[in-house]
Parts: sequence; structure tokens; C-alpha cells
Amino acid sequence: MYWEEDKECMAREDLEQLQFERLQSTIYRVATHVPFYRERFKEINLDPDGFRSLSELSSLPFTVKDDLRQNYPYGLFAVPLRDVVRIHSSSGTTGMATVVGYTRNDIKNWSNLVARILTAAGLTKEDVIQIAFGYGLFTGGFGLHYGAERLGASVIPISSGNTKRQIQIMQDFKTTALVCTPSYALMIADTMLDMGINISGLSLKFGLFGAEPWSEAMRTEINNKLNIRATDNYGLSEVMGPGVAGECLECNGLHINEDHFLVEVIHPETLEPVQPGEVGELVVTTLTKEAFPVIRYRTRDLTRLITEPCACGRTNYRMTRILGRTDDMLIIKGVNVFPTQIENVLFEIEGTEPHYRIVVERENHQDKATVLVEVVESIFFDEMKKQRQLVDRIKKRLASELGVSVNVKLVEEKTLERFEGKGQRVIDKREL
Amino acid sequence: MLKVRNLEAGYGKLRVLKRISMHVDPGEIVTIIGANGAGKTTLLHTVTGLVKVNSGEIFFNDKNVSTLSPEKIVFSGCSLVPEGRQVFSTMTVQENLFLGGYVQKKKGRSNLDSEIKRVYELFPVLKERENQLAGTLSGGEQQMLAMGRALMAKPSLIMMDEPSTGLAPLIVKSIFQVIIRLREEGNTVLLVEQNAKAALSIADRGYVLETGKIILQGAAEDLLQNRDVQRAYLGREMEE
Repeated sequence: MYWEEDKECMAREDLEQLQFERLQSTIYRVATHVPFYRERFKEINLDPDGFRSLSELSSLPFTVKDDLRQNYPYGLFAVPLRDVVRIHSSSGTTGMATVVGYTRNDIKNWSNLVARILTAAGLTKEDVIQIAFGYGLFTGGFGLHYGAERLGASVIPISSGNTKRQIQIMQDFKTTALVCTPSYALMIADTMLDMGINISGLSLKFGLFGAEPWSEAMRTEINNKLNIRATDNYGLSEVMGPGVAGECLECNGLHINEDHFLVEVIHPETLEPVQPGEVGELVVTTLTKEAFPVIRYRTRDLTRLITEPCACGRTNYRMTRILGRTDDMLIIKGVNVFPTQIENVLFEIEGTEPHYRIVVERENHQDKATVLVEVVESIFFDEMKKQRQLVDRIKKRLASELGVSVNVKLVEEKTLERFEGKGQRVIDKREL
Repeated sequence: MLKVRNLEAGYGKLRVLKRISMHVDPGEIVTIIGANGAGKTTLLHTVTGLVKVNSGEIFFNDKNVSTLSPEKIVFSGCSLVPEGRQVFSTMTVQENLFLGGYVQKKKGRSNLDSEIKRVYELFPVLKERENQLAGTLSGGEQQMLAMGRALMAKPSLIMMDEPSTGLAPLIVKSIFQVIIRLREEGNTVLLVEQNAKAALSIADRGYVLETGKIILQGAAEDLLQNRDVQRAYLGREMEE
């Protein structure tokens, strides 16, 4: 089953013609409407009209997350704000957050691309889809929601959290497909087990999981525990949100929507393209985005391209599930967290030292992050009440900065190991 | 069906087309919109071989036709309905149509009865005027004749240059209805129009040409929604 067969099963040659046409007009538009790109092109003496083939893409400069931050909030928009109908943003306060916008056409394309991914994962308009992603500034909830509506399915916008209620609704509303992070799917499964709910009594058939890394072992566990077919999907807000790539029921790599996104895989240090089929960092250029086009955006996600044809008939190249990151970003409960964000908060709080450690574990399939903070000696001589107050303050500030709650433990001065240069501040004990 | 890559063409020293890339798939109506002097007609004339290609490539049914003569291009299945109809006014309607079918004759066809019949079916008024001189037809009828003449060659791609120019709105409507019908019958149409709204409302996809460059492309309905297109070509005022 395809959503747009003519696009998903295009002959490679036709696809490349389409990509090339779209790339030419994208480059023209960013050079005309976005001062950031115009100056970048000028710096390297690039003539935006001089583009002759897809292979010349590598002559363009990369865009990185920092460029987005420095142009906070609207600096990289290619249309005036009155043409923007939706704004999403990553977590973090001024200076750390990134903002993306969508025109009416962008929303339409986005919905369509998500509908493709839902169809590839086995869903049809007959399905009842429970979306347990957070709604709000995060692109996951709304992205899947609009795609599911476009598909014509019945959508339950339950958002994340309140597991018992999720289960209640799943039973009562006869949910056939669950959309959330893979770890939350396992949490729901385990809670059902604890509650003594018979899985075979559910209507659940499919699961679409994303927003955090997972593994084949987790897939097997989810499939067995919930008796569903779980598929992986991929996206990032800087590029669009969910809908960039998704697995078909062959479950052997995620089909990239290449008519809308031009992808490259590069070596994260040399920045040269890797040999075909080798692991490297995924770089994405948008081909149809109106409000927020990006040129050669470095995703920091590690993957590998699969160019062999897929048994499902789609001709788009596939990418393997995300194999890791090239930076120190952590994904905690589906929320992207950078250690520097934690550092900034600690700097602002009196009594703490700028030495910290982040320990991430997985308990009952749920991420648990603990920040160990060194505090000045005097605090340990203080009464317990003051210590607790400090912990609460740090916790609150971190939660509002990161958009996810973390535990905080105070430790005595000079008890955390010191590093020369950029320290290894993250201890990730999670096993996927 | 038609693929154009990095096409550059012009007149003498004047560069009109600046690295145009576009394509038309079988069964589509694709429209090229743009202001006067953007290069729309030059693009059609370059594809049909009337204007020489400076650089770039034109593929028609996977065959490179960049250097072919106009008659060879018509022969390979690509016909043009020129701007301002250009019917032979001192010849009858039927004679005009037979001229359009010249290629079929050359290909060894003994008679063109089925083509003529098809054209008269599409444009019953031409049948009524069969023996009238083309110069005595109204503007709308001449446009129909020009389209009929192009169809006589049984082209796989029919290109139309400003079919709505100088015609009354009601006539434009019926011309556009014929274009829709042509597509329904499996024809492929490349339509160049200044009347952006009308063209986009019947097309599958569109390209926006501005001073010789394609600045936007996409599904026709998306272009209709695009604010830049609305401001520049659909005459919608900016809402400040």
C-alpha cells in the first residue's frame, strides 16, 4: 500500500530531475530571501544561478544548529511572518532554542509526508490512532496528528503521560495504532501487565515509534508484549519534524521522502562524503519547504544509506535506524537535552560549582536522568532544609530549561573527577 | 516525457533563458506562468527548435532533441500552438487542418479521416466552418483551429502559447475546457499563460518564470496558495 505511489516508486532518473529542479528554486529562494544564506554564498563566491547538477550540492556550506540559534527567533525564515501559519520550537531559553515556521503549503506537505509514513507502516483510514506524543511546541504530536487526519484515520490526541488513562482509552476507544516513543510503549505494556489486562483483548495492531534511539531487541520486545507490528520513523524539527523518513512493513530501514529532502552522509570530521553504504552523519537539504528551508543541515545523527531496492516496491533510498550522535546531545524521554543547557543553569545558581555529571539510566523502560552537582562546602554544614531547598531550586530551573524533569543530587566539592579539556560529563548507562 | 536541464538560449547577445530546468510527465498539464518578457515564449520556441540552444539539454521521450530542426521535433511528436494563433487566413479551415496533418502523411498515412473527425468532435464549430476561409473566423474560432491544426499531427506533447490572449472570458473558458478534455483523453499539455489563475486552476503542476529563471515550481494548487505567486501574478493585494 502506498500513499502517493507516483512519488514513492519513482524511477531514479525522474526523481533526480525533480530533486534538481526543486534544489535550483530552493537555492534561488534562500539567496533572495534569507540574508544569512545570501552572505554565506557571497563569502565563498558562490553564484546561486550557477548550479548545474545535484553533485554540485557539496560546494554549498553546511548549516548547523548554532546558525539556527544565532538567528533566533525568525532570522532564517524565507517568508514574511504573515505567511507563516505555524511556529514550533525546541526546548531551551533564548540563545539555546531554535524556532521553525510553516506556511500553509508547508503544513499541507508535512501532513502528506506523514500520511505516507503511516501508510508505509500499515495504517489506513480505518485505523484509530492514539497519539501519545506531547503536543505543543514539540513537532512530534502535531506532525503525526495532521498526517493521521490527512490519512483519514480517527485520531485520539491524548498527548503524553497518565499511563493508566492511556490504557483505559486504548481499551474503550478500540485503538488500533499507538504513536509514541518506543520506551513509552514498553512502559504502557508493562503497566498493562501489572494491571492484569489481557493484551489479546485489545484492538491494537500497529505501533509507530520515534523521537529517541531504540534497537531491534526493543522492537521484538514491544511486538511480543503488545502483539503489534512496530515500525520506526525519523524526523527533526529543524528540517520539518516527523515525516522525513519511515519504515515500511519490511522493517529493514527507513524510506526517506527524497522528493522533499535531499540527503547526504558525510564523515563528521573530514566533512567529506563517506563511501556509499558507510556510516556517517546525515545531512539534509529541504527541497519544498517555503517558510524554513535549510541547506545542508548537519543533523548530528549517525546512519547509513541503503540504496538497494526494497521488497515493498518503494524506490526511495532507505537509511538505517539512527546509530548514534556526533555531538553530546542526550535524548531523555524523547526530549533533546544538551549538557551545555545544564551547565548554564548551574552557573546561574548561587552555591553550586560548575562541576557536574549527568547520569542517565533506564528503569522499567523509562529514562531517568540524575544530575550530580558539586556544591560549596558550607552548604553541607547547613541544615537539611536548606540543602533540600537548593535541590528543589535546581530541579525547577532545570525542568523549565530542559522541558523534562531530572533528579538532582548534591555532592561535596572536588568529589567529581576532573577532566582536562572537554570533559566526559555524561554517563549514559542505558542499554537499548 | 519532456525533460529540460540547464537550458540557456537567447537572441544574439541577449540571454533570455538562464539555466532552466523543468519536466513534463505523460498525461500531465504543466503550466509556465510569468510576466511579459519573462522568457515563456522563448522557452517554448527553444523546445520546438525555433530558437537555438546555447547550452543545456532537452530530452523528449528520452531522446536528446537539443540540436534537431523544428520539423524533426514535430515529427518526433511535439506540436506547438503558437501565440496569436497564426492560422493561414487565405486557406480554408479544412486546408489548415490538413496542413497540420502533414507529418502523418509523411509517415505514410493514406488519409487523415480519423484525425479530422476527432478535431471536429472537439470543436464542432470548425466542422460548420469547414469550407470557410480561416481569416474570416472569430478570434476564438481561430484559436480552436490552431489547436485543431496542432492535434492533426497526433502529437504526444502539445504545447500552447497564450491560448487565452485577446479572447472574451466566455471563449477562454471553453478553450480551457477543451484543454482539460485533451488531458482526460490521455494527452500531455504544456501550457504557457499570462492568465496565471486560469492556468493554475486546470494544471497539475506549474513553474514560475521570472526574468529567464525558474523561481518557483510545484503542484498547481500549492502555487495558487503561495503568497508570492498571489502577490505577483494573481493580482491579490497585500494584506497589511
